[in-house]
Amino acid sequence: MGAAAPAFKSLQLEFPPDAASFPDGPNVKIVNQNCLACHSADMVLDQPLLPRATWAAEVAKMRNTYKAPLKDADMPLIVDYLAATHAPPQ
Amino acid sequence: MRSRRAILVEGAGALAVAATPTWAAAQAPDFPFPGGNGARPLTKDFPQKGAMVLQRSRPPMLETPFADFDRGVFTPNDKFFVRWHWSDIPTEIDAKSYRLVVRGQVQNELSLALPDLLQFPRVEIAAVNQCSGNSRGFFEPRVPGGQWGNGAMGNARWAGVRLRDVLEKAGAKPSAVAVRFTGLDKAPVSDGPQFQKSLSLDHARQPEILIAYAMNGAALPLLNGYPIRLVVPGCYSTYWVKMLNDIEVLDAPDDNFWMKTAYLIPDTPHADMKPGQTGVAMVPISRMLPRSFITNLGPGARLKAGARASLRGLAMGGDSGVAKVEVSADGGQSWQAAKLGADEGPYSFRRWTAELTMSGAGEAMLAVRCTNSAGDTQPGQPNWNGSGYMRNVVEQTPVTLV
Repeated sequence: MGAAAPAFKSLQLEFPPDAASFPDGPNVKIVNQNCLACHSADMVLDQPLLPRATWAAEVAKMRNTYKAPLKDADMPLIVDYLAATHAPPQ
Repeated sequence: MRSRRAILVEGAGALAVAATPTWAAAQAPDFPFPGGNGARPLTKDFPQKGAMVLQRSRPPMLETPFADFDRGVFTPNDKFFVRWHWSDIPTEIDAKSYRLVVRGQVQNELSLALPDLLQFPRVEIAAVNQCSGNSRGFFEPRVPGGQWGNGAMGNARWAGVRLRDVLEKAGAKPSAVAVRFTGLDKAPVSDGPQFQKSLSLDHARQPEILIAYAMNGAALPLLNGYPIRLVVPGCYSTYWVKMLNDIEVLDAPDDNFWMKTAYLIPDTPHADMKPGQTGVAMVPISRMLPRSFITNLGPGARLKAGARASLRGLAMGGDSGVAKVEVSADGGQSWQAAKLGADEGPYSFRRWTAELTMSGAGEAMLAVRCTNSAGDTQPGQPNWNGSGYMRNVVEQTPVTLV
């Protein structure tokens, strides 16, 4: 580990493709159209099973805080998908 | 039926456990998170990175496989964890045109090309970089967020220039109270809040804070912030802004989203509160806490009953040095001191080793705890908060005596 001056080189790299979509469920087309614009599906699929109210808060946060351009009509449909596929049994 | 592992342990002699961790380095992990869903793939697909645990493809979140922590106190650059907030990350850096701007409440605005940084004294410091939410997957009840195991941390020898020296050249005006840092990553939506973090002016002037252009003797990997990032020893990774290109000196405390709303913790010891508790005062996350880990064996390891087991691992003091590491063969009822390895400075990982006699037979619980030089010891009970921050409970490792 020398004290040589660092070489500041230009870099051009590629990130791996990320084409994975959400597994089947109610309204999955709307989920894929909206959620994948900003993040990969594994961000959601790796979450613990969360109750519907928590998913509703997450979807609201995506729009209100992180400015995802979600339509009013699509928000409950996305929550329905998450509650149907990734929530604990009632 | 006896496992291959048990035979390995006995064959290695009474003093030793297996020379390699019981979790194989090349194996995709299945983290034992409460409620499950802890299986993650390994990926070698990201540039300048070796095999990493894939937590999220985009924006990338890559975790260090835990076996790599057994290799030494410094985490290799190609194994260092990765975490980005927004997906619009430059994949191309033009070293000639890259500029670091220093502006705001300063006498002289600066626009520094990368070679301009070399006019300032070169400084090196060993420091742990740990995500605020490291180990979030172990929270119970579970909380949303990146579901990390324990590998959203790493230790490097960082080299660069003191932030203080750069601020001094710009000359903070008397009105200056805080310093805000911005990198090149952007939201993919036009009005998404730009990721920015701030330090008080007093904190920004502390000598340990660097603008780093190297880690472990090499350039930073792009995913770790090439060409330069902020290094804030003792503080969580959220402040270590990557691809740093803008430093703004402010005349009021920063109220941007990432300081005022995100990354808040309960203003309580170890950021602990009860699920559902209301009226808790919240403050920005800041200083790290002591932690320690066994690195040469994992849950489910088989050790020879009645024999001495050699343990080794890593400890960190958080915002001060490692004063003491203790190990337990009975789940934390009794403790014995571990031997500390070389001291690489107060913000570094420190190696520890210990030999424990494993009496009895059947199931046993190993534990390790660290006390830092400020006298803070890891708690026996886990903390909880709704964001899954600052886990530092004593780690317990179940083993079987055979």
